[in-house]
Amino acid sequence: MGAVHISTTINGDTVEYICRPDESLLDVLRDRLGMTGSKEGCGTGDCGACSVTIDGRLVCSCLVLGAEAGGHEIETIEGMADGDKLHPLQQSFLEHAALQCGICTPGFLIAARSLLERNPDPTETEVRYWLAGNLCRCTGYDKIVRAVMDTAKDMKKKGRRNAA
Amino acid sequence: MPLDTKPNVIPTTFKTVGTRPVRPDGVDKVTGRARFGADMQAPGMLVGRVLRSPHAHARIVKIDTSKAEALPGVKAVITSKDMPAQEGCDMDVLTNVMARDKALYDGHAVAAVAAVDAAVARKALKLIKVDYKVLPHVTDVDEAMKPDAPILHAHIEHEYQQDLLETAGHVKGKKERTLPKGKRPSNIAGRYEFGHGDIKKGFAEADVIVEHEFTTEATHQGYIEPHACLASVSSDGWAEMWVCTQGHFMVRDVCAKLLGLDVSRLRVTASEIGGGFGGKTTVFIEPVALALSRKAGKPVKIVMSREEVFRATGPTSSASMKVKIGAKRDGTFTAADAILKFQGGAFPGSPVEMGAMCAFACYDLRNVRIIGYDVVTNRPKQAAYRAPGAPMAAFAVEACVGELSEKLKMDAIDIRLKNAAKEGTVSSYGPTFGPVGLVETLQAAKAHKNYKVKLGPNQGRGVASGFWFNFGGQTCTTLNLNSDGTLGLAVGTPDIGGSRASMCLMAAEELGIAYDDVRTIVADTGSLGYNDISEGSRVTFSSGLATINAARDCKKKLCQRAAMIWGIPEEAVEWKDGHARPAGANAGNFEPLSIKELAAKASGTGGPIAGHFEVNADGAGPSFATHVVDVEVDPETGAMKVLRYLVVQDAGKAIHPDYVEGQFQGGAVQGIGWVLNEEYIYGADGRLQNPGFLDYRIPVCSDVPMIDTVIVEVPNPGHPYGVRGVGETSIVPPLAAVANAVSAAMGVRATTLPMSPPKVLAALENKMRKAAD
Amino acid sequence: MRYEAPDTIKAAVGVLSKARGTSRILAGGTDLLVQMRSGMLEPDLIVDIKKIPGMFDITSEKGGYRIGAAVSGAELGEHPKVRKFWPGVVEAVELIGSTQIQGRATMVGNLCNASPAADSVPALITAGAVARVVGPKRARNVPVEEIAIAPGKTSLKKGEFVASIFLPKPKARSGEAYLRFIPRTEMDIAVVGAGVSLTLNAKGKCTDARVALGAVGPRAIVVDKAAAALIGTTVDKATLDKLAEICSAAAKPIDDKRGTKAFRIKVAGVLARRAAAIALKRAKG
Repeated sequence: MGAVHISTTINGDTVEYICRPDESLLDVLRDRLGMTGSKEGCGTGDCGACSVTIDGRLVCSCLVLGAEAGGHEIETIEGMADGDKLHPLQQSFLEHAALQCGICTPGFLIAARSLLERNPDPTETEVRYWLAGNLCRCTGYDKIVRAVMDTAKDMKKKGRRNAA
Repeated sequence: MPLDTKPNVIPTTFKTVGTRPVRPDGVDKVTGRARFGADMQAPGMLVGRVLRSPHAHARIVKIDTSKAEALPGVKAVITSKDMPAQEGCDMDVLTNVMARDKALYDGHAVAAVAAVDAAVARKALKLIKVDYKVLPHVTDVDEAMKPDAPILHAHIEHEYQQDLLETAGHVKGKKERTLPKGKRPSNIAGRYEFGHGDIKKGFAEADVIVEHEFTTEATHQGYIEPHACLASVSSDGWAEMWVCTQGHFMVRDVCAKLLGLDVSRLRVTASEIGGGFGGKTTVFIEPVALALSRKAGKPVKIVMSREEVFRATGPTSSASMKVKIGAKRDGTFTAADAILKFQGGAFPGSPVEMGAMCAFACYDLRNVRIIGYDVVTNRPKQAAYRAPGAPMAAFAVEACVGELSEKLKMDAIDIRLKNAAKEGTVSSYGPTFGPVGLVETLQAAKAHKNYKVKLGPNQGRGVASGFWFNFGGQTCTTLNLNSDGTLGLAVGTPDIGGSRASMCLMAAEELGIAYDDVRTIVADTGSLGYNDISEGSRVTFSSGLATINAARDCKKKLCQRAAMIWGIPEEAVEWKDGHARPAGANAGNFEPLSIKELAAKASGTGGPIAGHFEVNADGAGPSFATHVVDVEVDPETGAMKVLRYLVVQDAGKAIHPDYVEGQFQGGAVQGIGWVLNEEYIYGADGRLQNPGFLDYRIPVCSDVPMIDTVIVEVPNPGHPYGVRGVGETSIVPPLAAVANAVSAAMGVRATTLPMSPPKVLAALENKMRKAAD
Repeated sequence: MRYEAPDTIKAAVGVLSKARGTSRILAGGTDLLVQMRSGMLEPDLIVDIKKIPGMFDITSEKGGYRIGAAVSGAELGEHPKVRKFWPGVVEAVELIGSTQIQGRATMVGNLCNASPAADSVPALITAGAVARVVGPKRARNVPVEEIAIAPGKTSLKKGEFVASIFLPKPKARSGEAYLRFIPRTEMDIAVVGAGVSLTLNAKGKCTDARVALGAVGPRAIVVDKAAAALIGTTVDKATLDKLAEICSAAAKPIDDKRGTKAFRIKVAGVLARRAAAIALKRAKG
């Protein structure tokens, strides 16, 4: 099988790799690049634990081929914090105890950030439907939804303060 | 064993316990830094893959691995020949891990390979040639109990005629005289009976009797992280393993036994675990990875696919049950009887015994009997799933209680209050209860605003109570004082729900220091004595108890050091508010010494200071709960929507309330999935039809509302702070609570789970047809 | 397995025509990669069409819209005009999978995967959508209902693929809707799907209609009898009840792990009625 040589951008850094045509982007991230923050929960796009963004678009990395990533901008959980400064969503998840085992957390954070970028003031229903592609078995979703909505409120307040 | 002779006096006020700080492993988990089972690598690592039977029941005539072994890049191929039976090993576990003469379920492991990469491993599996002789199979529990069912194990026998006298007709469709005489090979692997009193007399005294048959389907724990491990066996017989598990000491002991290794030669490290709920309390791929590594001479990593997780790990039992409860007009129960039939997959060990013990545990009953049957079928070997056996039994019992409350026109909570188990109640399974909190949960549920919400058309409210024993078990912890005055706490129970935060809180509370000055790790098997599995809701209780006692040990030693520094006797020093102080004016006028100061002086006063505690803990107190749920049904499609959900549960003492609430909410939503949509679907060919998250439907975020919680605290005298485990009870009431709510909304009682829309719609149409007649 | 990413339609057609063994088009990949992963499919060649100019375009054409084969559900949903014209089509496409799936899955891919339960198909049919098929011969226009011929099989010949779908300009006083039944609130394959489009005259009488059912047969069923029942009426309750009856009778479902025959037959009627009611509301403006 002919290997594919890809050059892409991950979390702002230029990255090059070689992969088989049938390898998923998730396989590449985890096994070739050592970026194990994105998780495989199902491999079929049903659980969202592998969520990343491609050119700002939320996707399941298990359903993207490594070969398709060339020339795009990929954001993973490893790039969510700014150095040692956590993203407000990451901080909010900790304060709300919105994680128990933590395996689904990277996927939820990537998905939630994508939501707030598009809809800074979502209703509870909008949050729940946007996150329906992220499965959690530990929390029953309650504290996750609260964390996302409180972050939206906080970010709105900060935005107003900055604008004033 | 308590360290001092004072009786356990539970504090009524706490400084750190009961607060909600951020957990110590939190930052790693929100940044993706935390390492789970599949996140570890080793130099020269091989990829391991398992070949699995496509047949539900088949004799393995021959396995030809020659072509796979010859494929370039393949470093080892194994079958059961490479895993010979060892003396004293559990043959059921060994056979489940790798089939011997028969494949017993669709997905049963028959061979495995280790290769340089996944592509070669996949190819190698295809080159293994297995000659199967397909046999008739059975997957349904009632079918499997019949004397003419396909038999899985020739050595399991049952006496039908003897048994039938007490449980006439329990083998559906068979009349007494047609059942065979004497013992014969059977799929009925065990029979259990509990109870007391005289149920015949009790039913005779009843004004109303409710009796129903119920069935529930098998469900899976549904943890998002598939099983994964990395095993490395070196040529001198020393081995290491990195694995996501609820019990790394169990993994060490079981794998060592199965592979013929000394326990001390295998060191197991527990990774972070992405969910377990009981499904990771046994071994599946771990012995295989070790066997492959031993043969290949290189580290081997095995990660299960989601399909493998569904087909070949341990779902819980499907059940066929009959429950009968009799009551007086004033709501007092006079008798209760239950027959529970659980299939536990291809080997004995379904949780029917525990289900039978839990079934009527919420009630004070003079006359009660429960009989349970453990049945084998051609399905994967079951594993524990959160309060194993209890949710199914509670579904049946609480549905009958719900119907009784309707028939007697009594409030659903009042009828339970009337019969509730209390301190001093002789439980239906034998022991007498100490202080318990069922009544408190019922009262809190009744007083909650959710109970007062007025319902609209097609809406219904359901109530159910539940119970779980909770366990203690073998536990060792060590608490080390660092030179800067901070503490390193090592526990041996994998953190499956945020327990590290609770351990830090308890250690900080006991020593009177800041939460941030304690750091908890889960140590590997080489660093601590034996610790039982993180199961049975035992961690906050047992590791907590051990942590508190290790802290007391530490305090004693700190006081000794202070006494040495001050030149006064040990007994003259006490520990208060994080400092060693002279105990009383006579002891001397010395400035109190903080833990930091004592730590700095440690090397000069005798060396490093540590506390430790080893115990086989008992005194775990049961946790009772009451759930209230409101549901709306679409009468044209049978679709159901959960509008409101309330969990009220007794935690004894909530060490970290956020994580106690989290257990309440998580268990409730698993229960919602179980009652609405989750089920194992088998085809006529005995193959699992839905081994994936697409068609095995767990609740998604938009399926459920916020889960309201109330923590009741009736302290457990068996724990220094009154802790009761909470992790399991929360999944026990939801099945009946939701089923009762749907029944209230539709006017038809649901007796089979899951209550998927086609079933609900059919029941509604049936009801309308009956009304029209 | 070979992976090719040609940069023109001609090059793509060339590669597909010459290929031996199994070939598949890769646009969103949300069906293809799942099938590859399950072992159901082991293609010898994958042709990624996302580098071909125009594949991501949504262009206005003859008052309607042409949607390129690589336009994802998310992008379609963000386009303000298409949703205004054909809210039912956009809603149907947006029902496919999760937010993550929407980030990649395409309407064209959903059509060409030819699942009997495809969510976009009944809505596309009732909108009168037309697929543009490119291949070794001259490009041709094919009504979408002629693309899928059996579960997993299309009418496309070797070397052909669908480059875009054309949604015609909706008539005045028209409305359409698509509804589906799933056991949860999200993430499931449709157990039953129903699409209805209708046009009213100035007096509020229905002059034109189309009804299509999904997931109740090997491919979407166009129920001409149901459409006929709507035409000439004001779509009152009696008409809606009749519509439900006809649709239930037209449904030819199977029992499977997602639903029973009896359930699908009943709910086909219920959903058709509800979809028609929404379409009526939208037509009235």
